[in-house]
Amino acid sequence: MTLSSYPSMAFPDIAAVRYGHGLSPLFASPADTDMLLSSVSVMPATPMVAVGHAGTMINDYNRIRRASRNGDEAERAAYKAVRNSFVSAHYNGLMIRFSRILDAPVTFGERLHAFWIDHFTTIKRDIAQVPLQLDFHDHALRPYMGGRFVDMLVAATTHPMMLGYLDQTKSKGPNSVSAQKRGGGVNENLAREVMELHTLGVGAGYSQTDVRQLALLLTGLGQTKDYEGAFFPTLAEPGAETVLNRSYGGATPSERDVLVVLGDLARHPATAQHLARKLAAHFVSDDPDPDLVAAMARAYSDHDTDLMPVYRTMIDHPAGQAGTGGKARQPFDWMATAMRGLGLRGADLAGMRGKSVRDLFMTPLSRMGQPWQSPAGPDGWPEEERAWLTPPGLAERINWSMNVPSRLMTDLPDPREVAEATIPPGARDTLAMLVPRAERRADGLALVLASPQYNTR
Amino acid sequence: MTGPSQISRRLFLKGSAVLGCSAAAHPLLNTVTFASAPGENRLVVIILRGAMDGLDVVQPYGDPSLRELRRSLSVGPAGGALDLDGFYALHPALAPLMPMWRAGELGFAHAVSTPYRDKRSHFDGQDMLEAGTGMDVAPSMVRDGWLNRLLQTMPDVRSQTAYSVGAEAMPVLAGSAPFLAWAPDTRLELGGQAEALFEALYHDDPRFSGPAAEALEISRAAGDAGAKADATAIARFAAQRLKEETRIASFSLNGWDTHRGQAGSIRRSLDQLATVLMTLKAESGPVWGRTTVLAMTEFGRMAAENGSGGTDHGTGGALIMAGGAVRGGRVYGQWPGLASGDLYAGRDLRPTADVRAYAGWAMRGLFGLQSSRIENEVFPGLDLGRDPGLFV
Repeated sequence: MTLSSYPSMAFPDIAAVRYGHGLSPLFASPADTDMLLSSVSVMPATPMVAVGHAGTMINDYNRIRRASRNGDEAERAAYKAVRNSFVSAHYNGLMIRFSRILDAPVTFGERLHAFWIDHFTTIKRDIAQVPLQLDFHDHALRPYMGGRFVDMLVAATTHPMMLGYLDQTKSKGPNSVSAQKRGGGVNENLAREVMELHTLGVGAGYSQTDVRQLALLLTGLGQTKDYEGAFFPTLAEPGAETVLNRSYGGATPSERDVLVVLGDLARHPATAQHLARKLAAHFVSDDPDPDLVAAMARAYSDHDTDLMPVYRTMIDHPAGQAGTGGKARQPFDWMATAMRGLGLRGADLAGMRGKSVRDLFMTPLSRMGQPWQSPAGPDGWPEEERAWLTPPGLAERINWSMNVPSRLMTDLPDPREVAEATIPPGARDTLAMLVPRAERRADGLALVLASPQYNTR
Repeated sequence: MTGPSQISRRLFLKGSAVLGCSAAAHPLLNTVTFASAPGENRLVVIILRGAMDGLDVVQPYGDPSLRELRRSLSVGPAGGALDLDGFYALHPALAPLMPMWRAGELGFAHAVSTPYRDKRSHFDGQDMLEAGTGMDVAPSMVRDGWLNRLLQTMPDVRSQTAYSVGAEAMPVLAGSAPFLAWAPDTRLELGGQAEALFEALYHDDPRFSGPAAEALEISRAAGDAGAKADATAIARFAAQRLKEETRIASFSLNGWDTHRGQAGSIRRSLDQLATVLMTLKAESGPVWGRTTVLAMTEFGRMAAENGSGGTDHGTGGALIMAGGAVRGGRVYGQWPGLASGDLYAGRDLRPTADVRAYAGWAMRGLFGLQSSRIENEVFPGLDLGRDPGLFV
């Protein structure tokens, strides 16, 4: 038994710790499952980028960049300005995500958003893609996480951010009209990851032939000049393709075939199992109870991929209500939890930009092993505890706990009160003993924020 | 559980100011508890994540099928690649390593792979590469990596013997044998009272006490290694440790997944690799002569170029070997040919050797490990095969 395992906890404490960003001194913890789930469908007041604006922003950026190449001083200055504004938007994306967490009475929805962003990992190739990625996160994933997975899968797979990241924008059928005229061929990247990462899971019974056939079936998916997802029949491979023993499409390529195969993949029993296990491994345990996973997979299949019954099953299952502390909070999760515990609000971060964001958040996240929006590959961040509670990672968490709170607030709160308000009773005895012995208020706060109770859930 | 927690929990208790021990009693500073050091040879394992295109890095331009499969990539000496032996040519981005090749300190093995086949998933492929197992064992079932199992065979391993470098976890080193993990740009310094309080805070939770103790120890031992954790800093840090007690170091280099525009993207990764190898050589000084570097990847890439100037996931690939200890200046391995009938599954370079066998022979040569232990303990189920003669 470790310090941070407390077997008998009240529902609101479990709800805040396991399914949210911890207890808050400002907001009551969710009293029941309905209240916890109510946060899922709340759309944030501030979108990271307005609907339909990303394409215009990117086109403007590219136009200004082209003009600056052989341009005069004013054109070069214009490019520098627009580039800086995109870097700011990238930084601001982090600050908005923190603010949403700090201002949300219930934070399960924010945790889920991070989960689905990781499930559908995309990585920017270029600073020009900042608005597109923000659009992807807020408008292709967020609206669907309280609905059916099949709809999220379609929105994600046909979004230009995903199409570009997994090279679908470079793929065309070898016998398509376009390839006949201008050459080019199929690229398997998106098809493989849709099956391996987004739906069936790598253990499922699909073959290289299925990957190839799906890649051929996805040809035609692309983006317009305004960065809208679209289907281009001239890029599509003519004829039918067979994926997992089912034939799709006919002589005339159509977007409908893509939607049908995505629907079948979303409803496949392997997908139910894969998503159930992944959610349980993220929220409950690195090695989740098979009965919990089976119950969640059943809920998924019984409700035509609707995710709300899956979340409800997880929360209400005995394994989902067992003592917390078995999972490590990842660096972003932990940093947000620490700031929430300090009683900070979104407005407290409002004026922060540039070097402050870099020094207080971006660089520390990188050093903790989670550079913002930059996992190593399309499988996103590792889940297991041992990937996060490493010596350099923990060292950075201690350093951040020591130094950053005093940069964020003029009057540091009393660490005894923070512990009292944000660590469930029965888990704070050691801290209650140690905190008063700290030499400085900042050291006492660091003990609380770097404690196992704050770093696990 | 991983190695550091176990060793360091011990450190934490022993070295703890709370318990009032003096620094002289600390095992890191006082190694008399250990009988002898595990020899003078060094092994560095670099994991190239993303599947390096072996056919582009070491281009078999003597095989006429290469030109038919690849129009824009891997053009051979006509495209600026550096001839190695009349059959293979080195990608031009590795030109800075040619002096190492000529000095016999750089070599390759071609058409190698792990036993991983057919699904071509990066993540399964890397798991299998680092677990060192065959297709008969699901990599997810294996909790330790083959470098750790190598450590477990050594009778006299100390905490400093093996190092995982960088902020990324290295499953190849994970396991019950002790090792240290560190990123060169991290330091942890706490005052006396704060340190004692943190020790008490983590005392009952080994998930925290181990890493925290290790962080404090390495901060003291490593000094200021530089401010940036880029690849150069990682190589420099590794070299500095190798000059001291460390005998095994491992880290990863990312960015090899070249599905499109490979001509540009692989160049960046190769530049970085060249810098890393040159830094290791320059910074390790006299111990370079006792060092073997193995740079391995999860699988190779498809023999044919794809529709977007890149390559999709494949099977056979190349192993890069460097160091003063290794017999370089040659490309090891049996070439299977690239004609359509020669390809694996009609699309990939056919592997003719298990990459683990090269690692096994390296262990045998560097650490005197018996073949039977390599085949049963480090790489269970591996057939080492004939000695490729990696060492003089």
